Amino acid sequence: MSNTDQPNLADKSFLSVRDLKVHFPTDDGLVKSVNGLSFDLERGKTLGIVGESGSGKSVTSLSIMGLHRTGTKRGAPRISGEIWLDGEDLVAADPDRVRKLRGQKMAMIFQDPLTAMHPYYTVGAQIVEGYRAHHPGASKKEARKRAVEMLDRVGIPQPDRRVDNYPHEFSGGMRQRAMIAMALVNDPSLLIADEPTTALDVTVQAQILDLIRDLQKEFGSAVIIITHDLGVVAELADDILVMYGGKPVERGPAATIFESPEHPYTWGLLGSMPRLDRELQDRLIPVKGTPPSLINVPSGCAFHPRCPYAELTGGRSTSEVPALAEAAPRHHAACHLPIAERHRIFTEEIAPRL
Amino acid sequence: MKRNRTLAAAALVATLALTTAACGGSKGGGSNGGGDNASGKAGAAAGFNAAADKVVNPSTKKGGTLEMWTTTDVDSLDPGRAYYASVWNYERFYTRTLLAFDGKPGKDGLKLVPDLASAQPEVSADAKTYTFKLKPGLKFEDGSVITSKDIKYGIERIFAQDVVSGGPTYLINELDQGQNYKGPYTDSDPNKLGLKTVETPDDTTIVFHLAKPNSDFPFLLAMGSAAPVPQKLDAGSKYGDKPVSSGPYKFKSVEPGKGYELVRNENWDPASDPFRKALPDVVKLTVTTNADDMDARLLANTADLDWAQTGLSQAAQVKVLQDPSLKANTDDPYNGFIRYVTMAPTVAPFDNVHCRNAVLYAADTTALQTARGGSVAGSLYGSMLPPNILGSDDYDPFGLTKGKPNLDKAKEELKACGKADGFKTTIAVRGNKPKEVNSAVALQTALKAVNIDVTVDQYDGKLISSVIGAPDVVKSKGYGLIVMGWGADYPTGSGYLQPLVDGRFITQNGNNNYAEINDPEINGWFDQAAQATDPAKAAELYKKINHKVIDGAYYLPMVADKALNWRNPRLTNVYISDAFGEVDFQALGVSDGK
Amino acid sequence: MLVYLFRRLVNVVFMLLVVAAVTFGIFFMVPKLTGTDPAMLYVGKIADKVAVEGIRHKMGLDKSIIEQFWLFLKGVFVGRDYNAGTDMTHCAAPCLGYSFKTEREVWPLLLNRVGVDFSLAAGACVLWLVFGTATGVVSALRRGTALDRLTMSVALAGVSLPIYFTGLVALAVFGHQLGWFPINYTDLTDDPLAWFEGLVLPWVTLAFLYAATYARLSRATLLDVLGEDYIRTARAKGLKEPVVIGKHAMRSTLTPILTIFGMDLGGLLGGAVLTEKTFNLRGLGYEAVTSIQSSDLPVIMGVTLFAAFFIVMANLVVDLLYAVVDPRVRLT
Repeated sequence: MSNTDQPNLADKSFLSVRDLKVHFPTDDGLVKSVNGLSFDLERGKTLGIVGESGSGKSVTSLSIMGLHRTGTKRGAPRISGEIWLDGEDLVAADPDRVRKLRGQKMAMIFQDPLTAMHPYYTVGAQIVEGYRAHHPGASKKEARKRAVEMLDRVGIPQPDRRVDNYPHEFSGGMRQRAMIAMALVNDPSLLIADEPTTALDVTVQAQILDLIRDLQKEFGSAVIIITHDLGVVAELADDILVMYGGKPVERGPAATIFESPEHPYTWGLLGSMPRLDRELQDRLIPVKGTPPSLINVPSGCAFHPRCPYAELTGGRSTSEVPALAEAAPRHHAACHLPIAERHRIFTEEIAPRL
Repeated sequence: MKRNRTLAAAALVATLALTTAACGGSKGGGSNGGGDNASGKAGAAAGFNAAADKVVNPSTKKGGTLEMWTTTDVDSLDPGRAYYASVWNYERFYTRTLLAFDGKPGKDGLKLVPDLASAQPEVSADAKTYTFKLKPGLKFEDGSVITSKDIKYGIERIFAQDVVSGGPTYLINELDQGQNYKGPYTDSDPNKLGLKTVETPDDTTIVFHLAKPNSDFPFLLAMGSAAPVPQKLDAGSKYGDKPVSSGPYKFKSVEPGKGYELVRNENWDPASDPFRKALPDVVKLTVTTNADDMDARLLANTADLDWAQTGLSQAAQVKVLQDPSLKANTDDPYNGFIRYVTMAPTVAPFDNVHCRNAVLYAADTTALQTARGGSVAGSLYGSMLPPNILGSDDYDPFGLTKGKPNLDKAKEELKACGKADGFKTTIAVRGNKPKEVNSAVALQTALKAVNIDVTVDQYDGKLISSVIGAPDVVKSKGYGLIVMGWGADYPTGSGYLQPLVDGRFITQNGNNNYAEINDPEINGWFDQAAQATDPAKAAELYKKINHKVIDGAYYLPMVADKALNWRNPRLTNVYISDAFGEVDFQALGVSDGK
Repeated sequence: MLVYLFRRLVNVVFMLLVVAAVTFGIFFMVPKLTGTDPAMLYVGKIADKVAVEGIRHKMGLDKSIIEQFWLFLKGVFVGRDYNAGTDMTHCAAPCLGYSFKTEREVWPLLLNRVGVDFSLAAGACVLWLVFGTATGVVSALRRGTALDRLTMSVALAGVSLPIYFTGLVALAVFGHQLGWFPINYTDLTDDPLAWFEGLVLPWVTLAFLYAATYARLSRATLLDVLGEDYIRTARAKGLKEPVVIGKHAMRSTLTPILTIFGMDLGGLLGGAVLTEKTFNLRGLGYEAVTSIQSSDLPVIMGVTLFAAFFIVMANLVVDLLYAVVDPRVRLT
């Protein structure tokens, strides 16, 4: 994870996103889903991207995968910026080149494993298909053997039998394991998990997260975990990126983000995170208001309409877009509040209630 | 909408018919207007209506295939079960009877000549016993000899109405005489010849005993229901699939809904036959559902004749009437039907003759004719005996053939009826017959002029027998006016008129005497005519009946029906037989031998 | 599975029984209400009492309705004997009796008629399935383009224009004006080429009507399916777009099409009255109309049962196919 926004570091990181903008033209106007995002990710590291729905986190992941290309009826999405993966710019690359990378060098796990798997094909067939798409020489038998092996690896009992089952014959957790097996079948260097546990039972969630962590160690791949739930990334992620209104508002090592968050929005997220070691009445201070429109993004700091401290900026919050500035080493935040003021508010008002 | 279009088309046809040539249209009577032969020269086109009263292209050239087409399939090929005029006509190819209509044009075709019989019957002095002698050596198609017993068996078959149904039942009424004979199939007689009134003393003699004299009896014996049927080849209700031929042709194939093919019957002896020509080698009848296609084939001369003889479709008529060279290949003969409106005296105010008279005077007969398709589809007519039946004349006391209403007279009659301000009534018409519906509407319009307010009631056409055929229903529904048409089963005055005007024919269901005329004088004249051995004397009686019925104002004759039919110029020996109101099929040949 | 099939087949038989009973009931109730006698239709011009009685007896109308229905069922299941006068004719099961009007056995008659509908359906269904679905798919993939708008406008026209309009136009132009196609039906067994030529216009016209529906349906379904998560998954696996569309998306798109295809085909085999009338085809639809016009009870019964049979069977086949296509469906 790089500390700066300098693009000259692109060649050093495994994944490097530079000033990514993804805009969708619609009948109502231009939807700025991602509006200037930069980050880096090294091999073997895990990045957690956190934010509410509509903050642009899923679009970011789809852009990396090159899956954003299906546009609306007003036209294809407009993409600018750079996405460097292992020295290749995916934004500028030929779509077919990106397709070849998909599923091979980079893979993705989706939120709802039931809808994410084709109901008419067996789990095995769907894994085999993914394998053979990138191993044209592999025979069906080899591919099947590989699928069984992968199912075994993700902890599905009797994989040689289950390989012929249909997705609906699996339980939710098993399905997600199968999804992970499908994603990992080609040993991808980058794994993107988009809300991998949201649709699962609480008891299963931890198992899946453990599995992802174990597999990451085993495969040594870079992982991006996208979630609205800070709890999910708390233990898994090395770094955390908080997004709001299509822009990063805070970025830093996981431990730092949890211990001394800089951005009022992060405070809100932390406040709404259930914690077992706190009293019920103190927990859950939700972020008030609704996520911003991505067509008419609020002026200045996009968070200002919901920010309880907006008036402390002397009007800058409504007129000036805050830059993502270093608040502490490797820790950046985009907030107009003076650093000292932020620390004071956090220490005095927020921390006690967390 | 549809009605208006049809009316417009009909009017167009009518106009064309009137302008392109005089076709004898508005004048009723016995003449067929055959003198309108436009070209006058023999050869390629014989001329319009040329076949009406003479033979077109007389020839004895044999060979070729006669191609007849139809959109109406046969009802049955079993001579005992058929009722369609065209089938009766067609039967002459494969069925012989004791007596048969002569193969001659016009009224000469109404004469019965001995066919299987060697001569006209010997009739006893009391006119109740008819004895026939058969010609020797007559054979069925299988080579077996035709005997008097085969004729008796054939007649017996129709008594089994639960097996051989659908055909005319006159012979049952005439010959049962209380025996309650149920046909040969349930006959306890070992030879299945248990009908007592018919005797076959030997194989060439057959004797009929009638209960009372009936001068029409020979006509009943000329029907297919009196044709010989070999008992060993009788298939009961399935006999129509393969009728056994006694005539010049036999069936090669019978495919209902598709077609029928007749080929020569080698066991027919031309010398024994009084009139059949048997010129083509093959006679084909093709059934199609596509009337336009059939007309196109006719006009292209790839088909020879419309078998059903019901006339070209509206579109084809327009085309033909516009072009004199096409028109010269058509005939427009009377088909023996009169289209009429009956007035029911059981429905007030038609119980008063003056109200009936008022309708007759107020009717616009030209409009009615137009509604039926114009002058090619029928001539204005003044009485109720069609032109092809002996005894018919130009009688027209109400001036119907003048073609325009006489409103003054109509109003006078209304006053006399006590309905000077008009009245309301209902006209019953078959909803599935556009021409009849048009007629009803035309009459409705005409009667409005004298304040007779008519409601048109369209009923389901297949329910004739239980709607207008049920006197109770006529009364309860108030059907003062009933649109209908009628053709005779055999061409005599009683064959035509008796079901319509003889009070003894009134039934509670399936009635045809809608006016419920039950006049002892008329009934008596029918009886007298039945006893008359001289056809001319009978004709005189029918004339009196006809006149009395018209004078009684029970019927408003709209038109004497005609049909504009195409005749392929290659056809030889074409003429209209008045017995069927159609081209005599059996006489036809093809000049090109193909 | 076998138990399911057995139960469904029992169900089919029961359905057909109900249809038969209802048809029978209507046939006898209507004359009762209108005070008419079917026998009157089959006597000659003059309704002689002897003739009416004879015909009532011949048609079995002199028996009670229950007895007639029982005899009818008996005929269907074990066959029955008819008195032809000279002998007893055995009408083997499944015997639907003899037509009142033509005196032909109804079963072979209808088998012959349904041949026309099979011919009609066979060609038309291939055309509409291929062209309808292909059009819909192309339209969905080119959504929003001029091509999409054009094809969907044509499809709307296809759905809205009745067959007697498009059929007559086709006949007038290609049959009569240009003379490209004959306008008569020939049996396949009589002359395969003439059969084919005679059916081209009905096929195309009928296919146009149905293809329009299928185009609209497949377009809408495919658009739905393309938004499904598993399509995204397929792309995420790096599958080529043709595989994504052709394999993953089409498999799901075809399922609802299969359903209405089964129903349409079943309905079509049961008689296509308007198409048959327009193109002068004598199929079950033609027989249905003429038999009702002539109160020909055995044929009415036969046609109704044939039509019901095809629809019920189409339902069953669709359900079975559904289970094959969609592994989530269980036949219980």
